[in-house]
Amino acid sequence: MIRVVLPAHLRTLARVSGEVELDVDGEPTQRSVLAAVEDRFPVLRGTIRDHVTEKRRPFVRFFACGQDLSHEPADAALPDAVATGSEPFLIVGAMAGG
Amino acid sequence: MSSVRVLVGTRKGAFVLSSDGKRERWDVGGPYFTGWEIYHVKGSPVNPDRLYASQSSGWFGQMIQRSDDGGKTWEPVGNEFTYEGVPGTHQWYDGTQRPWKFTRVWHVEPSLTDLDTVYAGVEDAALFRSTDAGKTWQELAGLREHPSGPNWQPGAGGMCLHTILLDPSNAERMFIAISAAGAFRSDDAGKTWRPINRGLKSEQIPDPNAEVGHCVHRIAMHPSRPDVLFMQKHWDVMRSDDAGDSWHEVSGNLPTDFGFPIDIHAHEPETIYVVPIKSDSEHIPPDGKLRVYRSRTGGNEWEALTNGLPQRDCYVNVLRDAMAVDSLDSCGVYFGTTGGQVYASADAGDNWSPIVRDLPPVLSVEVQTLP
Repeated sequence: MIRVVLPAHLRTLARVSGEVELDVDGEPTQRSVLAAVEDRFPVLRGTIRDHVTEKRRPFVRFFACGQDLSHEPADAALPDAVATGSEPFLIVGAMAGG
Repeated sequence: MSSVRVLVGTRKGAFVLSSDGKRERWDVGGPYFTGWEIYHVKGSPVNPDRLYASQSSGWFGQMIQRSDDGGKTWEPVGNEFTYEGVPGTHQWYDGTQRPWKFTRVWHVEPSLTDLDTVYAGVEDAALFRSTDAGKTWQELAGLREHPSGPNWQPGAGGMCLHTILLDPSNAERMFIAISAAGAFRSDDAGKTWRPINRGLKSEQIPDPNAEVGHCVHRIAMHPSRPDVLFMQKHWDVMRSDDAGDSWHEVSGNLPTDFGFPIDIHAHEPETIYVVPIKSDSEHIPPDGKLRVYRSRTGGNEWEALTNGLPQRDCYVNVLRDAMAVDSLDSCGVYFGTTGGQVYASADAGDNWSPIVRDLPPVLSVEVQTLP
């Protein structure tokens, strides 16, 4: 079970509060976790990553275990603590704008 | 008794302002989609409780929201806007070519006849259509693929398709406008397009016969006379009496002919409204006075409408989609400002009062007249 924390605006779109818990087949990666998020909440397709290229939107960041994973390869394994559910995978809106 | 609903898009959410036909007391609904930019909200002429809103964010992109109860509740319905085929390139500010890239929906235009059909004008400029009430979107690619496409370039606000006019007398005819490419017309329901910019003159374009490149800010059409179009261009207020085949200037005695919105009285197709702005480099009202100008002669002769509008120390702007009229008798006129005020006149512009004063910067205003 993977724990995912969505930013406030995406929680509103998905109509959830708090963390989201997801099952991911195999070793969890950014790509598989985001696919699981989008499968559970189709409304979030295109809001975190591009519909077609699956590239992360520029002002969206990924964190876990105190690390910025935003620039890690999409198919790289996430930290063990995320895979075991002891730490959440954080999807964050970058600090920008007014 | 009839009533009025004013749909307001702002930099930080949407608002629905409601009043009875007297238009004296207003209920303020919202904010909806708080924190998101709402470029446009518009209702269906088929069923006025069906509304579409364009919601966008620099962080999370585009979303189309739909309401089926007049704005009380909303549902996110679709957000995939993919250009047909390989989209090619257009001109960038520095003259180089740059690939078309979707950024946001500037304008939504529900069909005049079909509840579930709606058009979207987007940045980078293209026209999309949904026939399933906003869930899925298909590009009408004949516009972007016009041979002039590589010569289109963005205005300061981006290369946006901001105006969509549907001809109520001819389902095959539609008009659109793009900053800064110009105006285009389709006579086959959006399959093919031709530029309609003859007669437009722009200082920055040396060729007086340039087919594209004009920074059209807004076009208006009265439903009873779809061949007569009025245009607020970057500079110049223009008029066409032949569905855009040719244009002539009607700026007349305006204090400045720069501006963004233009609209037409609901019952008097020769009565038009603009909001003069000082210049292209100073987007503020001349002399700190917020004045709507009205022409009752289809242009050229203009009168300032000032009663109830600030006549000193006012430095707001009124954006291109931020003016609308109702169809009550007498005609109501509404506009929103970048200072967050929405002004209303229940007597065709003679007297104005603010409905609200402190919204976020207003991006768009639409009005529904309800039975």
